[in-house]
Amino acid sequence: MTLAKEQPSALNFECETGNYHTFCPISCVAWLYQKIEDSFFLVIGTKTCGYFLQNAMGVMIFAEPRYAMAELEEGDISAKLNDYEELKRLCLQIKRDRNPSVIVWIGTCTTEIIKMDLEGLGPRLEAEIGIPIVTARANGLDYAFTQGEDTVLAAMAHKCPTVAPKQEAEKKERNAVSSLLNFGRKKEEVTQEESEYKDHTPLVLFGSLPDPVVTNLTLELKKQGVKVSGWLPSKRFTELPVIEQGYYTAGVNPFLSRTATTLMRRRKTKLIGAPFPIGPDGTRAWIEKICSVLEIEPQGLEEREAKIWASLEDYIKLIRSKSVFFMGDNLLEISLARFLIRCGMSCHEIGIPYMDKRYQKAELDLLEKTCNEMGVAIPTIVEKPDNYNQIQRIYDLKPDLVITGMAHANPLEARGINTKWSVEFTFAQIHGFTNARDILELATRPLRRNNNLKELGWDKLVQEEANV
Amino acid sequence: MKLAYWMYAGPAHIGTLRIASSFKNVHAIMHAPLGDDYFNVMRSMLERERDFTPVTASIVDRNVLARGSQEKVIDNITRKDKEENPDLIVLTPTCTSSILQEDLENFVTRASMDTKGDVLLADVNHYRYNELQAADRTLHQTVKFYLDKAKKKDELPTDKTEIPSVNIIGISTLGFHNQHDCTELKRLMAELGIAVNEVIPDGASVHNLKNLPRAWFNLVPYRELGMMTAEYLKSEFDMPYVDITPMGVVETARCIRKIQQVINAQGAEVDYEKYINNQTLYVSQAAWFSRSIDCQNLTGKKAVVFGDNTHAVAMTKILAREMGIHVVLAGTYCKYDSDWFREQVSEYCDEVLISEDNAEIGDAIARHEPSAIFGTQMERHVGKRLDIPCGVIAAPIHIQNFPIGYKPFMGYEGTNQIADLVYNSFTLGMEDHLLEIFGGHDTKEVITKGISAGSDLSWDKEATGELGKIPGFVRGKVKRNTEKFARERGFAVITLEVMYAAKESVGA
Repeated sequence: MTLAKEQPSALNFECETGNYHTFCPISCVAWLYQKIEDSFFLVIGTKTCGYFLQNAMGVMIFAEPRYAMAELEEGDISAKLNDYEELKRLCLQIKRDRNPSVIVWIGTCTTEIIKMDLEGLGPRLEAEIGIPIVTARANGLDYAFTQGEDTVLAAMAHKCPTVAPKQEAEKKERNAVSSLLNFGRKKEEVTQEESEYKDHTPLVLFGSLPDPVVTNLTLELKKQGVKVSGWLPSKRFTELPVIEQGYYTAGVNPFLSRTATTLMRRRKTKLIGAPFPIGPDGTRAWIEKICSVLEIEPQGLEEREAKIWASLEDYIKLIRSKSVFFMGDNLLEISLARFLIRCGMSCHEIGIPYMDKRYQKAELDLLEKTCNEMGVAIPTIVEKPDNYNQIQRIYDLKPDLVITGMAHANPLEARGINTKWSVEFTFAQIHGFTNARDILELATRPLRRNNNLKELGWDKLVQEEANV
Repeated sequence: MKLAYWMYAGPAHIGTLRIASSFKNVHAIMHAPLGDDYFNVMRSMLERERDFTPVTASIVDRNVLARGSQEKVIDNITRKDKEENPDLIVLTPTCTSSILQEDLENFVTRASMDTKGDVLLADVNHYRYNELQAADRTLHQTVKFYLDKAKKKDELPTDKTEIPSVNIIGISTLGFHNQHDCTELKRLMAELGIAVNEVIPDGASVHNLKNLPRAWFNLVPYRELGMMTAEYLKSEFDMPYVDITPMGVVETARCIRKIQQVINAQGAEVDYEKYINNQTLYVSQAAWFSRSIDCQNLTGKKAVVFGDNTHAVAMTKILAREMGIHVVLAGTYCKYDSDWFREQVSEYCDEVLISEDNAEIGDAIARHEPSAIFGTQMERHVGKRLDIPCGVIAAPIHIQNFPIGYKPFMGYEGTNQIADLVYNSFTLGMEDHLLEIFGGHDTKEVITKGISAGSDLSWDKEATGELGKIPGFVRGKVKRNTEKFARERGFAVITLEVMYAAKESVGA
């Protein structure tokens, strides 16, 4: 690995046993099927996978989801049944019932162990049934939680068109009448719009975000004259962005390292390594880095950031000079810790499932810089943490806030330790200037709630345990 | 391969974990990949558990795949033994370890040489058993292990308790209203003058398992969990068991009479008839409710029941026998025990459905158009879509089915709770009539989507208006029946005449 040659960082990295709680990466289907509206996700696995999805996704399961299990039976495991024929039968049924524009196969632990050749079967079946098939191995053997999205987007990057297709001509044809009617006006509008952008190499952003956040970040860049040529993923599979050799790409989430690698190596794009647009500091750094690579002088960012910080003061008051502990389960930890430290918190430990020091380089640098500027100790980053050890450390350190999974949240609360359920950060809108408030809304909620209860003396709700 | 959106019973390891984490000071170690410890989230969330769920994973990752677990599982077992001093560690296989076919038994033998506590390998195969069967097996396995151990050490008490006593078998964590049922059963036993010897597995210590044979008999309230243990105790120690679920007035009485018979056979000389009579007529409100005019309005209303064996059987009997409700369909997802189900309900319902396929159940409900459904959370959502009320009577369940308030389904207080549930699920009688008389308070004109596929028939203005006057909760049914009638007779447009003709012919 070339990583060893990197200049020594003041950040301290540790690696524990990997005995920690997180969601299985197949959970990515829950937000990706909603994001990609014409998709269907088929998880090829066992009852265990199905049980997890059904329970973790709660109410969503009833909204006629565009995902299902291909539940493997004993005959599939012992290869008594032919994988290809079985998958064909199920995919034809899906085609008949839902007619999606793409079927995404999610490979699981079981398909890995029995070595089901999904990547090989996919193209054959795709040709036979006429629906694109994308194969992503989002399994618990290799990945944690949000990395599931990474595997899906990396697989989808291969399906992005190489050259701008005749799509435009097609569109025009379809709207022949309306374009005839509006011809003059439309054209004027378009040229005017184009002139708002600076001339730069096309930029494609990657990472699945809710549509309002996409609009928000796109407009934020537009203010600097940066045009976003496309997003991976887009609202529909049929609208995947064109990616040509030499395009610039930038990630919006810290867990997308495979996607970044694929875009660089396979699609020959240039990756803009920037901190992630989480918190006003991150958003500003993200925009600045993109602008600097595209050789654009950013305008008015400093004022914008200052204004956002001012508007957050009521929340920041609550957490300033308090301490936070990340147990680690969704890979957003570095960015969130950096933002909370900028808000005046101190952080002793950042647990994280997996740390790609190359992809997160700029974010790590910003974290270090932030710690120095705020005058707090630089946190230890614990990769593959051990939850049991972490809980002992939490008992010792008594942090004011622990960001953790649901398995530990209630037991910690019962022991008088404030917790915030980490999964909420994955589903809430946390990107860009405008959503910084939402992060603090989440992070301060336990403190605000417990402030309300403070007078009651109901801190510790478990009896002293016998064995200490 | 099977295309599945939803499953009723979970995978086998969930059953094992439910047993392990029900006991006090027992730790389960799953041989599983990252993310399979979702059980901890469910327990922490649904049960609002204050303590850490005693379940950890020995992670299966790429290295394990390549070289086998080697020392990893053993290290994890001995480590947990030191950290938490559990009495017992249960090594739990998952679907992944079922295929890897590592010699887990060997790991257990080797680890137990270095541990202070006992170590067991749960004997459950992912591809053969579901959650419920696995729970039943694991409980049996644990009980047998500790009784054998006591026998070997000659620590097995041989005497019975002085006064009649009972073991309550099958109360477990994440079970549907189990905690409340347990309290109610204990109260019932107290009123009958029966001492509770042991309750397993919930809250029990494995050290006390050797005391099980001291009880005069065993009570197995749930069909799904505890039967294997009860059978074992019967064959090994000649302990009789009562497996009548005390749910509903009639069944509770039957259960008590059976208990009376069992303990009198051992020389107790009790007569519970007066107690039963008093409870039935004056204490429980359920018998009086059946007689009251409220319940009259429910007579002949159609209901569908679906759930696990215990609850679906009990509800079917209560609805049909105690409330005069017409159960058009009773079903269970406990396929492996379907003969028992059929035998129990066949005289109380029109049709029996044994299925794990929720689409099949949804379709059956749509076909029958009952006035109310009693099912799992899944049926509740089917009901929402079809605009039919649903009372939840069995797992799978959501957090709202773990109420903080006292809501048993068993015993005499249980009969009250069930009466409320049933009554509140049907549209209230008077409201029903008033809506019919005054044409409903629904002023929406257009009828939007029904559950059935798009209609090819058109309704003229008068007929549409008339349809609008029909109360909302039966409108869909009237619409469908009228359209069915029109289609059969070849009418293209539905007029008022067609509507009335349809009503006369099919009673739409």
